Amino acid sequence: MRFYRRDLLDISPVLTEAAGAIVDDSFTRCFKSNSPEPWNWNIYLFPLWCLGVVIRYGLLFPLRFLTLILGWMAFFTAFFPVRFLMNGKNRLKSKIERKLVEMMCSVFVASWTGVIKYHGPRPSSRPYQVFVANHTSMIDFIILEQMTAFAVIMQKHPGWVGFIQKTILESVGCIWFNRNDLKDREVVGRKLRDHVQHPDNNPLLIFPEGTCVNNQYTVMFKKGAFELGCAVCPIAIKYNKIFVDAFWNSKKQSFTMHLVRLMTSWAVVCDVWFLEPQYLREGETAIEFTERVRDMIAARAGLKKVPWDGYLKHNRPSPKHTEEKQRMFAESVLRRLEEN
Amino acid sequence: MGNASSMLTQYDIEEVQEHCSYLFSQQEIVSLYERFCQLDRSAKGFVSEDEFLSIPEFSTNPLSKRLLRMVDGLNFKEFVSFLSTFSARASLQQKIELIFKVYDIDGKGKVSFKDLVEVLRDLTGSSMSEQQREVLI
Repeated sequence: MRFYRRDLLDISPVLTEAAGAIVDDSFTRCFKSNSPEPWNWNIYLFPLWCLGVVIRYGLLFPLRFLTLILGWMAFFTAFFPVRFLMNGKNRLKSKIERKLVEMMCSVFVASWTGVIKYHGPRPSSRPYQVFVANHTSMIDFIILEQMTAFAVIMQKHPGWVGFIQKTILESVGCIWFNRNDLKDREVVGRKLRDHVQHPDNNPLLIFPEGTCVNNQYTVMFKKGAFELGCAVCPIAIKYNKIFVDAFWNSKKQSFTMHLVRLMTSWAVVCDVWFLEPQYLREGETAIEFTERVRDMIAARAGLKKVPWDGYLKHNRPSPKHTEEKQRMFAESVLRRLEEN
Repeated sequence: MGNASSMLTQYDIEEVQEHCSYLFSQQEIVSLYERFCQLDRSAKGFVSEDEFLSIPEFSTNPLSKRLLRMVDGLNFKEFVSFLSTFSARASLQQKIELIFKVYDIDGKGKVSFKDLVEVLRDLTGSSMSEQQREVLI
């Protein structure tokens, strides 16, 4: 086919692609929380709904809040003596601290009336394994922590959450990272490797998406967790949206408001599947391994996969992507010229 | 949690529909409004350059800068009017006008040789030399 100048000048496909992205794009979709369908109001349903609101805010919320306060008080009266009075790093101390953290997480779960179904074999505490899970909200961590005390790798948060991270989570073993610090990645990689090798450390839980996603899609997994040379145990978490949308949109609400929303809903219902541990196969690259595990988790939890990096929520895409598109276009033009 | 900062009334929808020469149905305008509110995070009434660039698919498009000049700061009515050019029902004339405007980004009314080379430069980046581009055009 002859290559005419007008083919070169016709930029409409590129423009259409851009306009398509403005109208709907597969990345923003991952962070959209769908507003609940309003009920059909009539003389019967509307008062029922009002009654529901009254019960949720007037009865359930105060009860749950009270449970939470009492739980915290019990926790602190037990935790601080153990932390500061029992000396050294002996096993008993760690064990008690671990149990206390588990208990506190159970209190949290009770405060939202969590109905959680765990499927599959419970995680065992042994070295050379990491656990990876899809991420919807910080409560993912609490839900898993109430079953086994995991060590976790987290972004440092401000406020009361940061305080809890510093004092309590240190006892189960936590690794901090800073999303914005590039050099941090190597340091963190080393810390992860050290952690999995030590048999006394709690099993390590990693959320490879790096950010909270709305529990309908998964963004690309970061490969750091898959390059540690040990077993990777996938965990799939799926929340039942009928009761509450558990997605924490950190740009829209603070964690406190998110918790309040959970505490004023009827229940938090979710399924947690512990899947079979996976190993890096012969001839498989780290990226292929990462994708394979992501496929498993997405299939189990009924999530759609999206080829975007979660960090794009906070950063611009690198110019490499545009350069790649430019390169492909240039090559196709030059090739067609050759043919003529 | 609702996304739209304010609801569209029937009058609003009809006004917007008229402005885009009825190229979109009323349902499409409602969906576009949802999207507009989603992009306009701080509810200013228009979508800023930064907010457009936070769409990765848009940001990696080679012609994004040219389109940004045309689409930055538009209110909802103008936003819909801009997008209506991409509708299958839009006239060829309208589409060609848009392509012309993309080439003639400084709005002088004419497309010069320089404009053609510049657009080709946007599309090919460093994968083609300036001489190659000039020869092609």
